[in-house]
Formats: sequence, C-alpha cells, structure tokens
Amino acid sequence: MLRNKVVIAGVGESDIGKVPELSGLGLNAQAAKRALDDAGLALSDVDGLITAYSMTEPYFMLGSVLAEYLGIEPSFCASMTVGGATPAAALHHAAMAIATGQAKTVLVTAGENRATGFSRDAAVQALTQVGHPYFENPYGPLIPAFYAMVARRYMFEYGTTRDQLSAVCVQSREHAVRHPASPMTERITAEDVANSKPIAEPLHMLDCCLISDSAGALVVTAADRADEAPHGAAWLLGVGEGHTHEHIVSAPSLTRFGAVQSGETAYAMAGLGPKDMDFAELYDCFSIVPIIEAEELGLAERGAGGELFTSGRAAIEGALPLNTHGGLLSYAQAGASGGMHGIVEAVRQLRGREGARQVKRHETALVHNEGGILSSHCTLVLANQRR
Amino acid sequence: MTNELPAPLIAPDGAPYWRAAAEERLEIQCCAACGTYRFPPGHLCRACGSDAADWRRVSGNGAIYSFTIVHRAPTPEFRARVPYVVALIDLAEGPRMMANIVGPGALECAIGDGVSVTFEARGPDAKVPQFRLAED
Repeated sequence: MLRNKVVIAGVGESDIGKVPELSGLGLNAQAAKRALDDAGLALSDVDGLITAYSMTEPYFMLGSVLAEYLGIEPSFCASMTVGGATPAAALHHAAMAIATGQAKTVLVTAGENRATGFSRDAAVQALTQVGHPYFENPYGPLIPAFYAMVARRYMFEYGTTRDQLSAVCVQSREHAVRHPASPMTERITAEDVANSKPIAEPLHMLDCCLISDSAGALVVTAADRADEAPHGAAWLLGVGEGHTHEHIVSAPSLTRFGAVQSGETAYAMAGLGPKDMDFAELYDCFSIVPIIEAEELGLAERGAGGELFTSGRAAIEGALPLNTHGGLLSYAQAGASGGMHGIVEAVRQLRGREGARQVKRHETALVHNEGGILSSHCTLVLANQRR
Repeated sequence: MTNELPAPLIAPDGAPYWRAAAEERLEIQCCAACGTYRFPPGHLCRACGSDAADWRRVSGNGAIYSFTIVHRAPTPEFRARVPYVVALIDLAEGPRMMANIVGPGALECAIGDGVSVTFEARGPDAKVPQFRLAED
C-alpha cells in the first residue's frame, strides 16, 4: 500500500524541441539538475536512480551509464523498458524502494535526442522495432499502422468519428500554445488535421505525436520530507499497472485494454474515483489513444470519450481539463519522455502557478502512461496534499 | 509484390511455420493437450501451460478484424509498395495473424471481409503467407 508514502518533491524538463547541442544523456542530466534545483536538493542527495531507454545512443546499461555520467554512486539503480509507460512505472518502482527503505531520494529520468540524434529515416526504422520481428515486420507495419488498426476497430465498434480524433489534436495544440516552453506555437483546425498527409489510414500526420529532443525528471522522496520541498510536493495517492501483451497480433482485444486494470488499482489505492479527478494528463501518442484511455479510466462512458474533446470539456477552462501542456501530440515526445512530461505537468498544475495554462481546480490529478501498442499501462493518482 | 522485400527472420519457435510456408501450406502450432492454437508459436500453451504441441494445417480462410492503408513505409524496401494494406486476420480456426491484403480490390477492403491465404516469395528460398479478398 503506497498511498501517502512518497511525494514528488521536484520536477524538471530539459530544453524542448530541437536541441542539437545536447546528447540524450545531456538532456537527461539537464532535466535532472532542474528537478533537483526545484526540490532544493543536490546530486549528492540522490541514492536511487531509475531511467528509461534510448534508441539514439549506443549504450547498454542505461541506468548505470546515466549514474556514471552524473557522477553518482546510487545503491538502487536500473533502466526500465515498458515503452511509453516507463516514467509512471519507474515512479511506481521508486515509491516501492522508498517505502521499503531501499532508498531515500530517487531520481527518475526519461527522454532522448530523438529529433536530432539520428536521421528521420533511421528514426522511422527504429520505430519498426516495436513490431514483432518474426510475425509482423515482414508485412511493413510501422507504429502509426498499429495504432491505425486500433483506431479503425474502435471506430467500427464504438462509433468514434474523424471529427472527434481531430478535436483531440486541436485541443492539445491550443494548450501547447499557452505553454512557454512549447515548440509548437501555431493553432490548428480540425480541417488542418483531416487534410494533413495520410500516414496510415485513418491516421494522418497531425494525428501522430511529435518527434522531439526532450527529457524530464522527477525527484521522489519519503512523504515525511514533503514540507522540505521549496515549491510544494505532489503526493502519490494511488498507482496501478496492467500488462496484457506486447505485439498487436497478441492483443486480447483492440477495444479493451489494460488501462481498465491499472486505473481500478490506482483508484482503489487512492480511495478515490474518476469523478474525484480535477484534471488528467493522458498518454496521446496518437489522437485515438486519449479517447480510449478516458473511457477505460472512467472519465467517460464507452464510446463517449470523443465528446470530451468536441464539447470543450477537455479544455483548460472546461469541466475536466485534459493534457494541459499539449501532450505528445503538441508538446514533446522523445522515447519515454512523453509520459514524463505528463507527470511533470500534473505536478506543476497541482502547485497552481501555471498562469494562462493553470486549471481552476487542482487538488487531484490523474496521469496515465501507456507503452507498446496499448500494451503496458500505468496509472497515477496524485494530489497537492495528503488525503 | 517483389522479391526485393526482406526474407522473414526465422527463429527456432517458428521454424516449422516457415518450412510449411515455403511449400505454400499455412500451418499453425497447436497444443497437443488442450487443442488451443498458439500464434505466435511458443514453448508453452498460453491456455493450459502444456509443453506438448504439434503443427496443424489450417484452411487458410479468415476474416479481416482490422486493417490500415499504409502511406509512409517503415523501410526503403517497402517504399515502392505504398499504399499497401496491413491487416489483422482472424483465421476460421481462431488464431489471429498479421498480413498484407494483396490482389484485386485490396485497397477497398473492409472489416469483416472474407479472405483466403496466398503465398509471396521473399528471397531465394522463403515465402510469406499473404491474404486476398475471398471471391464472394
């Protein structure tokens, strides 16, 4: 039981967008320094480290590599790979380590230089590695193709529409435009999305996430140190995971996923439900994904997730603000960084000092990360105080 | 479909599958204890845990569970083929597999359409199962 055991005492992000002057490790180090400064701590305070993975740099043991790069010798150290679910899952592992006394202060980082670290063709080829090497890759799929098949089936069974997919992208961009660090500064329309280049039908270019240089970092520590966080701590109330498959060919369904399980576990631990969430940061590697997640996590009925976006409920001024930083679609995505930016944004919103982007009610936050093809899920319930 | 596309990678779990495909037979691993098909193949039955298995020739008939039309190819080899269909096929016997829909009308396919297996040469020795829309 991890409720109220740990807090996120500091958050940080690297420079976002195209950052050719930094390596992938450099981006992680920049985010780590900013998170530690935010927490009022130093690298010498860190005794635990979890990072994700990199497809741009030729390292193997990335946890040890990052520790070496930062010049620290932690007693708890690993790299994790559950795709986009890695940041939330890493926070889960960090919380378990702290709650069981294995570490006092765990640094969690994720991200890489995916925009400038290799050529676009190499990036696209790296992404095909997510396909099953023996039974999918002979057919030329790429990640958008997998999610396009999810979208097609979901639209077939639940009536999700092209306009609803577009509304997700328009809403995300509107939020990104208000973020001072966002590389995307121009609003878009539903027509822009529908008329953008088809990638894997029904998904078009603007239905797909960005390819960025970016990293984010969290400083996680025991809840009894919450008062020491100079900018305010975010409390972990609940966390849950669900892992149903890796490859789409083995997915038990394309209309029900592991977010149901991860969400139920997180809500139960928090003693709260979907109606108690003030805002949410959902994973949005493709426009269909936050619609499915909103439904799986109980924020909308099955088939009604799209209406959150077309009705304006998902807007920062709406009843249930979603992806208030712009998400992977319009803020940043680099390897495992996308989900990390969602966690960082939730902490910032809970603190209540985000200006034009600030949501009105900010006592509780729901964050969801997913990896693979809706394969691995991790849900977080966070709050601005002990509950 | 040309021979320029890469030959399939073959690992021990799937070797019988690819041997059969090279001879234009679609064979799927099947649990010898409980009869559950195993695709992708593996050492243990995902339903009952048995390590006993045999390989069964299946009808090659199925239906499209979902599909996409790919316009942006993942590798240079596939670039010459865009736009092409990637689909998930539910075989009549139950297992789900991925393939391209090839042949007449492929780009007009729909969820639920009936399909039947065909084989496409890759490299000097290998063939990969593909599917075409059923006659009616």
